[in-house]
Amino acid sequence: MKNKYSIFSLIKNAFSYHENWQKAWKDPTPKKEYDAIIIGGGGHGLATAYYLAKKHNMKNIAVVEKGWIGGGNTGRNTTIIRSNYLWDASAGLYDHALKLWEGLSQEINYNVMFSQRGVMNLAHNLQDVRDLKRRTHANRLNGIDAYYLSTEEVKKFCPIINTSPNIRYPVLGGTLQKRAGTARHDAVAWGYARGADEMGVDIIQNCEVNGIKRNGNEVEGLETNKGFIKTKKVGVVAAGHSSVLANMAGLRLPLESKPLQALVSEPVKPIIDTVVMSNAVHAYVSQSDKGELVIGAGTDDYVSYSQKGSHQIVEGTLNAIIELYPIFSRMRMLRQWGGIVDICPDASPIISKTTIKGLYFNCGWGTGGFKATPGSGDLFAHTIANDEPHKLNAAFNLNRFTSGDLVDEHGAAAVAH
Amino acid sequence: MFIINCPFCGERDHSEFKAGGEAHIERPKQPTELSDDEWAEYLFMRKNIKGIQFERWNHAHGCRKWFNMVRDTSNDEIKLIYKMGEKPPLK
Repeated sequence: MKNKYSIFSLIKNAFSYHENWQKAWKDPTPKKEYDAIIIGGGGHGLATAYYLAKKHNMKNIAVVEKGWIGGGNTGRNTTIIRSNYLWDASAGLYDHALKLWEGLSQEINYNVMFSQRGVMNLAHNLQDVRDLKRRTHANRLNGIDAYYLSTEEVKKFCPIINTSPNIRYPVLGGTLQKRAGTARHDAVAWGYARGADEMGVDIIQNCEVNGIKRNGNEVEGLETNKGFIKTKKVGVVAAGHSSVLANMAGLRLPLESKPLQALVSEPVKPIIDTVVMSNAVHAYVSQSDKGELVIGAGTDDYVSYSQKGSHQIVEGTLNAIIELYPIFSRMRMLRQWGGIVDICPDASPIISKTTIKGLYFNCGWGTGGFKATPGSGDLFAHTIANDEPHKLNAAFNLNRFTSGDLVDEHGAAAVAH
Repeated sequence: MFIINCPFCGERDHSEFKAGGEAHIERPKQPTELSDDEWAEYLFMRKNIKGIQFERWNHAHGCRKWFNMVRDTSNDEIKLIYKMGEKPPLK
């Protein structure tokens, strides 16, 4: 039984210099057989395991992770959470996630520092204005809070934005989702891991999958660097490496893995109390609780697994940032990194069964998976447990690339996620 | 960031080039005969290899010509560049 985290446990542990905190999760050796195995110990994989145990009573399960918990894209993203997507299917999916975010810290007894500071999307040309207005109406019809802001209202909401009409890409307006915001990415992974571990889920780190064993058209188990593990159900939540795992099972996916970069500045006093995204110039910025500006850059256009992106991508983003926020022009950047994102042709995720019995894929989140973490886990757990998709993820099946029923958020999303 | 040796212009900075995705995907000869599965395969399914991948590149801010490249996607090392229409080298 895990000790509950609270103000009292904090005080109690302060007396022993915080040296006697209980381990958040065990370090088990893999059993011979599990009812289900999740490949990938990022936020989505751990959330899947958590909801499988919690809602579907599947407790003899494991999460296998090639590196360490949350060391991939979970720890590399810019932590933005929002649900203002255009299409009904996407709005349903992302708002389901947002509703789970709202109660998540209490649910898993772990402070994920969810902060509903609002997300503002800027329009820089007339087409942007039309698109954002259309999206605002679509959001409202789907019950998602959305406001359209004039240039003056943008300036009022975030005074440091340069709204002069004389810049290269002037701000012509924007949208605001007040329920949107940010969360602490590591805490999400750790919190779900701790919660799943408490219910008996084995979280096995440094366990790389080398093969998916099949008996005819059924999954039989996984070949790993810790030996063969038998299981009838495998959920793959491997982000950039999804195609590599699909290849092991002889499956083809419509994904391309590309580097996406982000950077943080030196820490400064509070200056920006919201998240501002700009699609046309591809720059988005928020400020972490430590005071660093968290800046998201774009993806490169070539396939790469190297976790490194090109310099010109960062340069382009910073050009846009200093034009929109002249106040940041002399700030120094502290760190820059890349993550490998798996991008679908329609820029929507895949949460789906496959043609192989017992093999499920949750992938294709591309550049915007973090915001969906709780919803993705919940719906993927439902899909694995019932061998049928939930109605909220039915549209995100793998078959849509054959039927042509795509969820085309590519041009329609607020920014490239 | 890497230097790319354009077969027409010589060595240029990567920022001059545009990646064009997987190479040697043949356009269907009889599009009207294709099943939905075959269309999906042609339009959407990609090898997305971690390791040696064959791909197309375009010298977008230069001679604007297309060419093929063999590249290791795990470390971005360029192995070989050859012109369009040339046979892909065997590994």
